[in-house]
Amino acid sequence: MSATISKKLVDEIAHLANIPLSDKELSSITKAFDETLQVIDNLSEIDTTGIEPAHHTTGLENIMREDVVDNERMFSQEEALSQAKKTNGGYFVVPRILHND
Amino acid sequence: MLYQEFSTMTDLNKLTLKKAQKLVAEKEVTAAEIQQACIDKIKEVNGKLNIFLSHLDAPVTASEGSLHSLPIAVKDNVCTLDFPTTASSKVLEGYRPPYEASIIRKVKEAGGVILGKTNLDAWAHGSSTETSDFGRTLNPRNPDHLPGGSSGGSAAAVASDTCIIAIGTETAGSIRQPSAWCGVVGLKPTYGRVSRYGIAAMASSTDSPGPIAKTVEDAATLLDIMAGHDPFDATSNPAEHPVFSNSLNKKISGMKVGVLYQDLEGLEEVRPYIDAASKILEDLGAEVEYAQALDPHYAISVYTIAQRAEVSSNLARYTGIRYGNDRSHFGDEAKRRIMLGTHALRKGYADKYYLTAQKVRAKFALDFEELFKKYDVLISASSPTFAQKIGASESSSMFGELADMLQEPSSICGLPGINVPVFRDPETNLFLGLNIVAPAWREDLVIQFGDAYEKATSWNSWRNND
Repeated sequence: MSATISKKLVDEIAHLANIPLSDKELSSITKAFDETLQVIDNLSEIDTTGIEPAHHTTGLENIMREDVVDNERMFSQEEALSQAKKTNGGYFVVPRILHND
Repeated sequence: MLYQEFSTMTDLNKLTLKKAQKLVAEKEVTAAEIQQACIDKIKEVNGKLNIFLSHLDAPVTASEGSLHSLPIAVKDNVCTLDFPTTASSKVLEGYRPPYEASIIRKVKEAGGVILGKTNLDAWAHGSSTETSDFGRTLNPRNPDHLPGGSSGGSAAAVASDTCIIAIGTETAGSIRQPSAWCGVVGLKPTYGRVSRYGIAAMASSTDSPGPIAKTVEDAATLLDIMAGHDPFDATSNPAEHPVFSNSLNKKISGMKVGVLYQDLEGLEEVRPYIDAASKILEDLGAEVEYAQALDPHYAISVYTIAQRAEVSSNLARYTGIRYGNDRSHFGDEAKRRIMLGTHALRKGYADKYYLTAQKVRAKFALDFEELFKKYDVLISASSPTFAQKIGASESSSMFGELADMLQEPSSICGLPGINVPVFRDPETNLFLGLNIVAPAWREDLVIQFGDAYEKATSWNSWRNND
């Protein structure tokens, strides 16, 4: 299989995944993408007609619980904020994603 | 050294769990002395081998229980209150979880002491422990070689006698492959047998925590404590589990064993020893024959797609806002996996990659279903090769998948398996491993066969301690 992955596509994926990449990383990841895609291309050799996809295989089904407050798993505000780099007045500080212009 | 005599108090770190439990219960030694022996050993070897990222400096006492305050090493992707939890990634450098994993709670309730946190491939992405953001771990059996991964730190902790027993996690080979390369026992339970709550999620449809131990008996003992339903993990099995240690010391005569993958290319190093192991199982009365299974190369592809897809979703939460550092701190391997997964799930590509992979996954499940109509267990090599030299993982972006090839078919199907040492090369002191796989929820069978094999051979370097 020839190279089908362009740097432009990899750059687009990096943006979607919110992964900052240097130019050097962009080149090396593009190359690694190609290597990996060539290996996984063999799946087209398997006949999957009539086969239902298996998202997991041990036969367990969704398990529901009552929608009640579970004190055992509740953090205090202090605990919840304890690992954040930036907080303000009991809140997490997040990067701005909406702009006026 | 194949056999190390338990002679002086300084050797207390070399005890098996079973022996240590007995000596402490009978007040021959104290748990504090055993913890101190492990701490001393860590201080002796950790500078060179880089096994522990954090550890106790002095003995502590746990609650009453069958584990008698004995020291347990834990992979650093498992949340603990007593130590930072980093998953060996700079994204989580210095992170102190405000809660702990259910398996840690269970181990502590049974009287266990968390000795320290062991190195792994960052986020458990790999099979070498070389992709850790905090430096590679070396194989204690031969430090020119890798310990395997991703639970390389936990396997190396057991092999170096810096702990009594350890906890690892496996998605596809991450317990069994490093156990094979380090010459220790590693048990990967059925997916859903052991709670994933409080473990840095990697591939949520396959992640399985399990014991890494000196003997099969020790592994069964710790699994009895770790296993069981957890309301905090919706995929944990609500059914009661059997007492796994009841499967020790049982005959395997008349039981049926299928031998897989011996005809594959690239297995030259390990093939003769798997044939030798088959002969031993036959001598123990089992009926052993070669069996045909779907080519594991297809499982590599299924796993690569499904795992990357799940990684891209699971690692989306690491934004550096609520805890940890921002996404520029991901290492190369994590970046590659997140991005490949993002690609495999994109509109226009999801059918080609993700959906096809899950269909082939179903084919593997059907294949195993057929095989288990004929056989009680399936055996193969745990890894195609001996532990590779340091630096080997940098050679290919698919290094891990190739090292784990023989584990991936059963892993994507959630099946339980165990690695037991099957050969030690006297020249290099490196080990090979035998992988024993059973149907879902039949850990009892892998323990029964692993224990029978271990006791019929001399490859386990701790057995004579009993």
